[in-house]
Amino acid sequence: MAPVLQTFNLVKRFGGITATNNVSFALQPGSRHALIGPNGAGKTTLVNQLTGVLAPSEGRIELAGADITGLKPEARVRLGMSRTFQINQLFKSMTPLEMILLVLSEQNNLGLSLFRRLDHDPAMLREAGEIAERFRLDDMITGEIGLLPYGKQRQLEIAAAFAARPRVLLLDEPAAGVPEAERQDLLRTIAELPADVSVVLIEHDMDLVFRFATHITCLVNGTVIADGSPAAIAADPAVRAAYLGEEANV
Amino acid sequence: MSASVSTNPALQSTITGYLARQRRWTALEIGFWVLALAAPLLMPGQMLLLNEIAILGLFALSLDLILGYAGIVSLGHAAFLGAGAYAAGLFALHVNADPLLGLVVGTVAATCLGFACGFLVRRGTDLTRLMVTLGIALLCFELANTFRGVTGGADGLQGISMGKVLGLFAFDIKGRTAYLYSLSVLFILYLVARRIMASPFGLSIRAIRDNRLRASASGVEINTRLVAIYTLAAALAGAAGALMAQTTQFVSLDVLEFHRSADLMLVLIIGGAGYLYGGILGAIVFKLMQDAIASLTPQYWQFWIGLFLVLFVLGGREILQVAGQRVRAQISRLFAGKDA
Amino acid sequence: MLTILFDGVAYGMLLFILASGLAVTLGLMNFVNLAHGAFAMAGGYVTVLLMQRLGWPFLATLPLAFLLPAVLGAALERTIYRPMYAKTHLDQVLFSIGLVFMAVAAVDYAMGSQQQLIRLPEALLGRFDVAGVGIGKYRSFVIILCGLIALSLQYVLAGTRFGARLRAAVDDQRVARGMGINVSGIFSLTFAVGSGLAGLGGALGADMLGLDPSFPLKFMIYFLIVVTVGGASSITGPFIAALMIGVVDVAGKYYLPEIGAFIIYVLMIVVLLVRPQGLFARAR
Repeated sequence: MAPVLQTFNLVKRFGGITATNNVSFALQPGSRHALIGPNGAGKTTLVNQLTGVLAPSEGRIELAGADITGLKPEARVRLGMSRTFQINQLFKSMTPLEMILLVLSEQNNLGLSLFRRLDHDPAMLREAGEIAERFRLDDMITGEIGLLPYGKQRQLEIAAAFAARPRVLLLDEPAAGVPEAERQDLLRTIAELPADVSVVLIEHDMDLVFRFATHITCLVNGTVIADGSPAAIAADPAVRAAYLGEEANV
Repeated sequence: MSASVSTNPALQSTITGYLARQRRWTALEIGFWVLALAAPLLMPGQMLLLNEIAILGLFALSLDLILGYAGIVSLGHAAFLGAGAYAAGLFALHVNADPLLGLVVGTVAATCLGFACGFLVRRGTDLTRLMVTLGIALLCFELANTFRGVTGGADGLQGISMGKVLGLFAFDIKGRTAYLYSLSVLFILYLVARRIMASPFGLSIRAIRDNRLRASASGVEINTRLVAIYTLAAALAGAAGALMAQTTQFVSLDVLEFHRSADLMLVLIIGGAGYLYGGILGAIVFKLMQDAIASLTPQYWQFWIGLFLVLFVLGGREILQVAGQRVRAQISRLFAGKDA
Repeated sequence: MLTILFDGVAYGMLLFILASGLAVTLGLMNFVNLAHGAFAMAGGYVTVLLMQRLGWPFLATLPLAFLLPAVLGAALERTIYRPMYAKTHLDQVLFSIGLVFMAVAAVDYAMGSQQQLIRLPEALLGRFDVAGVGIGKYRSFVIILCGLIALSLQYVLAGTRFGARLRAAVDDQRVARGMGINVSGIFSLTFAVGSGLAGLGGALGADMLGLDPSFPLKFMIYFLIVVTVGGASSITGPFIAALMIGVVDVAGKYYLPEIGAFIIYVLMIVVLLVRPQGLFARAR
C-alpha cells in the first residue's frame, strides 16, 4: 500500500546546525508510527516541517502522493493533516465546545460565513458532541478552558486536532506532564482512535510507545538511525546505545 | 470518518442549550436599547450630547472589532472616521444632500480604505502594526491638509445643508432627528456586528486573537480573515464619520487628528473590549466625563485624560474590573439572563 | 543642492540623538515608550527657561538640558515605568500616551502654547562659504556635536564592559540576569541616559525644529520611524535610518513641497511592509 505521508531526503539547517539530516520517512495508512529519540534529536523540528510551520532547506514532503512541501499550515490541514503541540495551544477565552466547533466549521468551509449562526447545523453539533464524548470532555464541554485540569486540556488538544477530520494525525508528546490519575484516560483515548486515521506519535514514554506503536523510527541528531517494527527497534544495538540504554528490557 | 460513540441526548441538549443562551438577548440589553430610544422623551435638552455619544459609540464599536476581537492594536483608526466624514460631507455639498445616500457613500469610502489598509496590518509585530496604522492616519491627515481646496483644510467644509432623513424628518436645531438617526444607524450596525461575531467567521477571529499558531493549525487562513475584519471595522467607522458630518453639518481636519484615535482607545478600554457593548458604554462614560471636566477646566481636558489613562493602566483597570464584576453580579440577580 | 544635503544631514543627526534613547529602550525592555518626546521637550524648555529667566548663555545650558531630563527619566523609570514592563504592548502604549497628554497640557499651562524662540550665540550664527556652498555654522555645530555623541555611544556599546553587559541584556534578559548582570540597574541607567540625550536633542533642536508644547506629538512619529526602520538592536541602524530620514524629509519638502510632508510616511509604510523588523535589524 502507498504511504499516506512521506518525506524524501528532508534537510533542515539553522545556520551551522543541521537539525534534520536527510530524513526519508514513510507513514503507512492506518499505522501507529512512533518517532523516538533523545531530547534535541529534531523530532519536533521534523513535525514542524511536516505541518508547514517550518520550511525545509532541502527535500520533499508528500501527503497521499501530493507534493505539499510549499504549502502553508492552513492548506495542509485542509488536505487532511492535523497535529497537537508539545505545549497545549488552546483558545483560552473559549469553551471546549467552541474550540471544537471552530475546527468543525473550518472543515465545513464556513470560515467566511459571516451571517450563519454557530448552531445552524444540527449535524455539526452532533459531531461536536461525539468528539467531546470520544475525548471524555462531555461533562465540561461548556466550561472555561482555563479551568480544566491539565489532563483534560491535553484531551482537548487532541480533540481539536481530531475535529479537523484528518487522514494523518501528528501527536507531539501527548502524555507529557499529565498526572498519573489522568494518564490512563489519555492512553485509552489514543488507543481508541479510529483505524482510518494514521497516527504519528512523538513520545519519550517507552511504555506508551511499545504498547501503542505498530512501527517505530528512531531519530538521533536529526538522522534516522533505525526504522522498523517495535521488536526490531527494541533489539537494535544502535538504538540501545543512543537512547534505550544497554539494560533496556522492553 | 467513523464515529464509534453514540450520541448522548443529554449532552446534545447541553450543547444546543448553551449555544441558544449565547444568542439570547438579555433583559438588560433590551432595557438599554429601550431607554436609548426613549431618551428624547426623558432628556429632551441633551439631544446634541446624546447624538455625540451615539456616534462615538459606533466608532468605538468598530474599534472593538479589531482590538477586542482580533487583537490588532491600532493607533490610526481615525483615518476611517475621516474618510467617512469627508466622503459624506463632500457628497452632501456637491452631489446630493440626502442623508441615507451620503451614509452609504461615506461607508463605502471608508470600506475601500480599510480593505487597502487591511493588507498592511497582517504582518509584523504589535509595534509594527502600531506604526503602520499611525502612519496611515497621519498620511490621511496630510492628504486632507494638502488638498485643502477640496477639503477646506483647517477651516473645514462649510455650508453643508442636509436634506430630510427618508424624505420625512428634517434635522432640527435641538438635535432630536440627529440623535434618532444616529441611534438607528448604531442599532442596525450593532445587530450586524453581533450577528457576524457570533458566526463561524467571528469565532475564527477570536481564535486568531487567542492563539494564532493553533488557529492556523486548525485550518484558519489568517491573512484573509484579518483583512476581512479590518475592512468591516473600517466600514463601521466610516459610517460613524458620515453621521458626524451629517448631524453636525461640518467636517474639519480635527476628525483626523491623533487624539481622536488615542481617545478612542481610552473609550473602548473604559467600557471593556471584546463584547460589543464596551464601546457604547465607554462612550457614555467618556462623554459625561468630558462634559464634566470641560465645565471646570476647558483648556486642560487633555491633562486629566492623560492622568486617567496612566492611573487606569497602572492599576485602575483592576479596581474597576472587580467593582464592575460585583455590579454585574448584582444586576444579574435582578434580571433574568446570562449566567451570573 | 549640497546645502539641502547638508541641512538634511544636520536634521538627521539631530533625529538620531533624539531617537537613540528610544531605540535602546525598545530593544532593551521591549517597551513602547511614546512619551520619549516629552523628555526632549523637557530639555528644550530647560534651555529656554535658563536663558530667558536666568540669562545663561546657550552653550552653558546644554549640560543641564541633558542632566535634568536624565534625572527625571531615572526617577520616573524607578517609580511608574517599572510596573509597566510586564504589561501588554497595548497597555504600554496607553500609558505612554497618557504621559504625553499630561506633559503637553502641563507645559501648555506653565509656559503657554507659543513657539519658543532661542537666541543662538553670535559665534554660531551665519554661515561659512565653502566653494560657493553656504554651510550654516549652527548646523555644522550640531553635526559635529551629534557626531561625537554618536561615536561615543558606539564606543561605549562596543568597547566597554558596560556596553557588553547592555548588549547581553538586550539579547537575552534572563540569561544576562542569570550571569549576574544587574539588568534593572542597566535599565535605569540606560533609560536615564536615553532621556538625557533626548533632552539635549530637544535643546539643540529648539532652533532647527521649533519648540512648543505640541513637540512630543509632532515628532513622535519621526522617532518611531527612526527606530522601526533602523531596528532596535544596534546604534548604527538607527543612525543610518535617521540620516536617511533627515535627508529625504528635507529634500522632499524642498523639491516637492506639496507632497513632501508625507513622503516620509509612505517610505515608512513601504519599509515596514517589506521588512517588518526594520531595514538594519538582525533577523531574530
